[in-house]
Amino acid sequence: MSGPSPASAPDAILLRTSINGDAVSVAVEPHHTLLEVLRYQLDLIGSKQGCDKGDCGACTVQIDGKPALACLTLAVHAEGRAVTTVEGLGDAHGGCHPLQDAFDRHDAAQCGFCTPGILMSADSLLRRNPRPVSRDEVREALAGNLCRCTGYTKILDAVVDASEVMHGHGSDDAKKEVAQ
Amino acid sequence: MNPFTLVRLPTLDAARERVSAEPQRRTFRAGGIDLLDRMKEGLDAPDELIELHAIAGEHGARMRGIAATEDGGWRIGALVTLGQLAGYDDLPPAYGAIKDAAGNAATPSIRNGATVGGNLLQRPRCWYFRHSDLLCLKKGGYECLAVSGDNRFNAILGGGPSFIVHPSSLGSAVVALDAKVTIAGESGLRTIPADQLFAPPTVDPTREHTLAPGEVLVSVDLPPALPGQRSAYHFAKEKQSQDWPLAEASVRCTVEGGVIQDLRVALGHVAPIPWRSKEAEDVLEGAAPSAEVFAKAAQAALSVAEPLEGNAYKVPLAQGVLRYALHFATSTPLPA
Ligand SMILES: Cc1cc2nc3c(=O)[nH]c(=O)nc-3n(C[C@H](O)[C@H](O)[C@H](O)COP(=O)(O)OP(=O)(O)OC[C@H]3O[C@@H](n4cnc5c(N)ncnc54)[C@H](O)[C@@H]3O)c2cc1C
Repeated sequence: MSGPSPASAPDAILLRTSINGDAVSVAVEPHHTLLEVLRYQLDLIGSKQGCDKGDCGACTVQIDGKPALACLTLAVHAEGRAVTTVEGLGDAHGGCHPLQDAFDRHDAAQCGFCTPGILMSADSLLRRNPRPVSRDEVREALAGNLCRCTGYTKILDAVVDASEVMHGHGSDDAKKEVAQ
Repeated sequence: MNPFTLVRLPTLDAARERVSAEPQRRTFRAGGIDLLDRMKEGLDAPDELIELHAIAGEHGARMRGIAATEDGGWRIGALVTLGQLAGYDDLPPAYGAIKDAAGNAATPSIRNGATVGGNLLQRPRCWYFRHSDLLCLKKGGYECLAVSGDNRFNAILGGGPSFIVHPSSLGSAVVALDAKVTIAGESGLRTIPADQLFAPPTVDPTREHTLAPGEVLVSVDLPPALPGQRSAYHFAKEKQSQDWPLAEASVRCTVEGGVIQDLRVALGHVAPIPWRSKEAEDVLEGAAPSAEVFAKAAQAALSVAEPLEGNAYKVPLAQGVLRYALHFATSTPLPA
């Protein structure tokens, strides 16, 4: 590269990663966060830029299935890893994840800014615990996600409900068990 | 955030040498939770980040692993995340304090990125330090702005000339558990008691630890558990989750023949360093565990407190937190 010294204009790095199951190659600046690359280079604007410093959780995505703050993760950290954003959440469920359905039924989103991050934290909880979960477990899993509208009650209801739809009485899971 | 170059070097020595050659311009990144926050605020603007995660080979494995050691102790690598440590079921309950401290720090998402080394070496959270427009003692200014400012979260013990509280939740646990830390420096690896990692502000108010520029924290080394060793960690926060502790206590002891022995008590978020309380230890060593003697020990621990104008509430709070930790460590029922 010609022009400014390397210190003031570091070279872009080719990031190869998987985003919502798709192989993605994208040139990223070393100082760009995963959130910036998702939103401003890849047009995946579901993950929100709130406080941009780890306090609010609106940018929560999953890296290799675990919730992570995209605002404090350098984009290059995603190299060789699998990133899931809210846009990919429903992929394995015909487009709408049971969590999204439950949030809709329970009115668990008001302004909606925190919702993508909350969904990603909640999904990670439900995948770690494929069974009906308790309100306390949901509280703990969502400890890093701030919501200023709902007062959380409906969010807790929705996540517990989704876990029951997926794994409780009458769920496909339960039917499978009965069949065995 | 300022632009920077990311440097991945596969050996510990190369990484160390790279930073020690120009510590003003280069720094290590572990989880990056604290570092990126500071860079976004404009408090730091390194133009090279050296990726500790890139270190391979034997040193890399040591930095990433949790393992039993030959002497019967346990070694926790500096790059182990708080989430990994909190969920590591094979670590014997004797070391419960450090697992609990890791599992209650920050939030689940942060714990998945934040590392043990970065947690111990993170910079303070004092709002005067974190404000990019303010020049406080920690940033080379003349005074600690907390002294005449809003000091509700600042130190009540061991303060002066800076009144920060040490931000690491693992801090009190490593001190109470009598851990050591292994550091990679110019002349190879050396191991020092964990309490010597932390530097009071009387030494140099701009620093919180004793690592020389470019030195790397490699692991936290837990000594072999004493027969019957127990430990506990407890905290109080303004909010129940996703908040910084206002006070923490870690306790290690054994209870032999009905009396407390081998006691170590350390308090967190009340002093500029994780605060070992010899006063509490003196009251309790050799005593039979009881709610009364715990209350006495907690009073002794805080008898040396010198609260600032806005944080006297932390004195009874820290006493209460310590009493809980003592009850939990000795399995003494809480008073009704
Ligand atoms: C909302 C929120 C709440 C939080 N609550 C808590 C809490 O309750 N308790 C708590 O303890 N923390 C809390 N934190 C802080 C968080 O735990 C730390 O920022 C994190 O542990 C830092 O670890 P890291 O690996 O990301 O460090 P980094 O940011 O990568 O590094 C921190 C510093 O240490 C240096 N460094 C890192 N590793 C090494 C090494 N091995 N050798 C030499 N130098 C090294 C880096 O150069 C840097 O200067 C909170 C943070 C947020 C955003």
